[in-house]
Amino acid sequence: MKKTVSLALLGTCLALSAASASAQTLRIGLAEDPDVLDPTLARSFVGRIVFSSLCDKLFDVDEKLNIVPQLATGHEWSADNKSLTLKIRTGVTFHDGEKLDAAAVKFNIDRHKNLPGSSRRGELAPVSSVDVVDAQTVRLNLSSPFSPLLAQLTDRAGMMVSPKAAQAAGDKFGTAPVCSGPFKFVERVAQDRIVLEKYAGYWNKAAVHFDKVTYTPIPDATVRLANLKSGQLDFIERVATNDMEKLQADKKFKTTRITEIGYQGITINIGKSDRAKNNPLGRDARVREAFELSLDRQGLAQVVMDNEATVGNQWVAPTNPYYAKNMPMPKRDIEKARALLKQAGVTNPSFTLMTPTTSDAQRMALVIQAMTRDAGFDVKIQSTEFATSLNLADKGDFDAYALAWSGRPDPDGNLYSFHACKQPLNYAGYCSAETDALINQSRTVRDPAQRKKLFEQIAAQVLKERPVIYLYHRNWLWAYNGKLSGVRQIPDGLLRVTGLKMAP
Amino acid sequence: MSTALSPSALASAPTPAARPGPWLAAWRRLRRRRAAMWGLGVVLMFTLMALLAPWLGLQDPIATSWGSIRKAPSAAHWFGTDEIGRDVFARVVWGTQASLLAGVVSVSISLLIGVPLGLLAGFVGGWVDMVIARITDAFLACPFLILAIALAAFLGPSLSNAMMAIGISAAPIFVRLTRGQVMQVKVEDYIEAARAVGNPPWRIALRHVLPNTLPPILVQATLAIASAVIAEASLSFLGLGQQPPAPSWGSMLNTAKNYVEQAPWMAIWPGASIFLLVLSFNILGDGLRDALDPRQR
Amino acid sequence: MFAFLLRRLASLLPTLILVSMLIFGLQQLLPGDPAKILAGEDQDPQVIAYLQAKLHLDEPLPVRYGYWVWGVLQGDLGESVRTQLPVLDLILQKLPVTLELAVLAFLVAVLIGIPAGVVSAVARGSAWDHGANLFALWGLSTPNFWLGILLIMLFSVQLGWLPASGYVSPFEDLAGNLAAMAMPAFVLGNAIAAVLMRHTRSAMLQVMSSDYVRTARAKGLSERAVVIKHALRNALTPIITLGALELGTLLSGAVLTEQVFTIPGFGKLIVDAVFNRDYAVVQGVVLFTATTYILLNLLADLAYFWVNPRLRR
Repeated sequence: MKKTVSLALLGTCLALSAASASAQTLRIGLAEDPDVLDPTLARSFVGRIVFSSLCDKLFDVDEKLNIVPQLATGHEWSADNKSLTLKIRTGVTFHDGEKLDAAAVKFNIDRHKNLPGSSRRGELAPVSSVDVVDAQTVRLNLSSPFSPLLAQLTDRAGMMVSPKAAQAAGDKFGTAPVCSGPFKFVERVAQDRIVLEKYAGYWNKAAVHFDKVTYTPIPDATVRLANLKSGQLDFIERVATNDMEKLQADKKFKTTRITEIGYQGITINIGKSDRAKNNPLGRDARVREAFELSLDRQGLAQVVMDNEATVGNQWVAPTNPYYAKNMPMPKRDIEKARALLKQAGVTNPSFTLMTPTTSDAQRMALVIQAMTRDAGFDVKIQSTEFATSLNLADKGDFDAYALAWSGRPDPDGNLYSFHACKQPLNYAGYCSAETDALINQSRTVRDPAQRKKLFEQIAAQVLKERPVIYLYHRNWLWAYNGKLSGVRQIPDGLLRVTGLKMAP
Repeated sequence: MSTALSPSALASAPTPAARPGPWLAAWRRLRRRRAAMWGLGVVLMFTLMALLAPWLGLQDPIATSWGSIRKAPSAAHWFGTDEIGRDVFARVVWGTQASLLAGVVSVSISLLIGVPLGLLAGFVGGWVDMVIARITDAFLACPFLILAIALAAFLGPSLSNAMMAIGISAAPIFVRLTRGQVMQVKVEDYIEAARAVGNPPWRIALRHVLPNTLPPILVQATLAIASAVIAEASLSFLGLGQQPPAPSWGSMLNTAKNYVEQAPWMAIWPGASIFLLVLSFNILGDGLRDALDPRQR
Repeated sequence: MFAFLLRRLASLLPTLILVSMLIFGLQQLLPGDPAKILAGEDQDPQVIAYLQAKLHLDEPLPVRYGYWVWGVLQGDLGESVRTQLPVLDLILQKLPVTLELAVLAFLVAVLIGIPAGVVSAVARGSAWDHGANLFALWGLSTPNFWLGILLIMLFSVQLGWLPASGYVSPFEDLAGNLAAMAMPAFVLGNAIAAVLMRHTRSAMLQVMSSDYVRTARAKGLSERAVVIKHALRNALTPIITLGALELGTLLSGAVLTEQVFTIPGFGKLIVDAVFNRDYAVVQGVVLFTATTYILLNLLADLAYFWVNPRLRR
């Protein structure tokens, strides 16, 4: 009798320990298939979600967008702001066992700058050279002060790959990346899955509670949700706005909403090509003001996004510390809009709104069409698939373009490429020497209070011309298994896998 | 070609020319089939809906109403409202135009291109056959949707261009089908007989071979209408077909799939309409096939 | 017979060349600059220039085509510019998936469609006929993605019987593989069953009123023998034509179905590549599926001869 009991006990203990030791996999559903998994070459938002498990970076951001250490434990700017000294964490190794030290950091920054086809060159443009001070200290020398640099290092530009593996693989590195994150690369089947497994030598392995992570791209939001509900996935990103209500009521799942650091706006061709002169909207700032005044932003957010968006009128959200309070959001005013149009001499302006084919964008265009009709606008919707729209935007062959931007932690990332003269994303064709000077200043100054003042001045200039009419900042909507805990709501929309725990 | 029935015509020597023409006789046979007439009736109803939509006193199909988003069917909105408050009933009626055109015009284009080429290839054989068959194979080897997307993207996004794209992409199937049928029919005994009697080849092809190859072509044509309507939906989903806010059943179904749980009526009505249209075309096609087949009495 | 076979095989190469030129040409027609779309969000001009050089976009069309053909002759189908994965690897990874789905869907279609068509023709005008017709047409007029979502809602979310999506290799887990393929194969096979059913019915009706069937009946053969041995065999021509066409189409991947059920096959690969202007992927995959398709057609043509001896002249 005693024997059987003790045997049973032993058996149960073994079974329990086996259960806790058995492989725990976190299954994540993505909205798209990532592009190349090489931090230097990667160009998509969704790739960054995979990178957050695969590749650690020098710095990270927290829920309030503060810059916190990850691979770099400390930083110091020189007095003239032209060099940044970083202290590298000790005891960090890459997935292939190589040490991560200052030499490795130098290798990576050089790679980001020099690899043919690198997408990080623009982000690190002011970095002219990198010095290895000692094994754990590295110094970045800048050609001119650049305050957004630290923010750049919280993204792919700050990701470190193993020099040995990178040199061995050459430009095929992206097919089998070797980084230093909590999980290492196992396999990738295009459009099917990306499988990562726990890296035993991770410097923060106490915070890692899963053995494997799989990323499955499922582009259709309804199907992605069905997978979560049927238990095939533990976590999904970009839940459809109209599905949130029912999900929130369901006790089996948890949901999260975070306001993005990007925005949804309408870019207007005010000088990119001659077409701007032929259209009243592009020609006359009063017509643009009338257009803005005929919009009900809150109504838009409600109808188009089921209220899963924060309305705004600038490139950063009203909750952002760098929001320019001197330029508040105007309320809808049809009377004033009509008056302005009368002043401008066009009572029924007509223009074409180039709209992406996603259902959100289509809905938004339709509502805008209806709203602005009250003031006399005749908006024609032109559904354009993405590749074609990029082409047309680049040539300036459009009147207005419904463009969204995924956002960057530093406001400069939402501003410079769009409103500085001749920058690649400046589809509006806005160009003002004054604004350029102010923007450049804001990039060299480090004091937040000073920068805020500069941003206020920039806002006053840019928003008066209205090359872009900012509408709202969408919410990142996540849904996940109710047993999953430790989900951090960071506004860049990327899931951090460290700290996540699944209750049995 | 057809002559009216009259006692004097009957009394004279019964040459083939005096009998009622084959088309009129076919129409009479068609009229006797109840199912086919029903099919014809439904098709006509849809056609009338498409033509008369502006005058039927419907609500504005593109008028958004933010207060009544995704409302269930009621007295005010017979089929409910969609995701931005538009009346689904009005959109279904107005959408008949786009869907009917997408179905019928695309297939007509396919037939106009495909059948003559297939007839030529199958009947003449030799080099002509080889060239046509190879080119057709090349087109068929490319996935249909890719062809359609490429063509539609090239021509520009609009309903008419989408119809062209779908029509051209679907034509090779008809070439192949016709060719196969022609190859089979041309070795039949009655063709031998017609040749022996001294008929010139073009006459054999058009009067003897072609009518006997029609049945599967008709069937495929009626089936193709269904896939054309759905292809239009895929294209408008990709921004290449009917431009918003103009409605088409297919694109309505596309949008509705995101709201299956919350607003099923958004999908039920366009889906049912597509089904009804396809069904009636197929029944009509059956009837036509029976009526045109000289052996079916 | 042999001569015919040899001639057809010899024409394989010119057809493939035609296909590759056709698809190459079509891609160039597509508006938009592939370098820009592949350059991602930031649109860095240096990246765009690099991609333009890499894709030889500054060179004339025939030269670009030449580069590609040269690569193919060496067994290199290029790589996806978006993910850097070699096209040949992508094809080999997805081939078994597409193949399995195509075969399963085709089986569903044949097992449902042809018997339904025969029954429908033989019991013409009865409830069977109408019922079969309605079912077939319902399958045909319901878009794949729509039916797919409904099935997922029912069988995965509500009942939990089948997985909502994904793919598992049959060598790893046969039961799981079949469970995952069940709904997509049904959705795909459904529409094709409709086509096969309609054509079978039509061909059978035509054949059943023909002279030789009347003769067979007059000879006293059982109805079953008449139907199967005489009528069906002669009705097979259009069925074979369409069967081969449909199977060929299936092998190019079922875009919408794959999207809804997240099956990693050719269909989704090609469509995404078209929209991302990832030319190498489209070229490589279409070349591959075209070859399969042409071979299938050859088989279909041979089948004509077997079915209808009079064509052997």
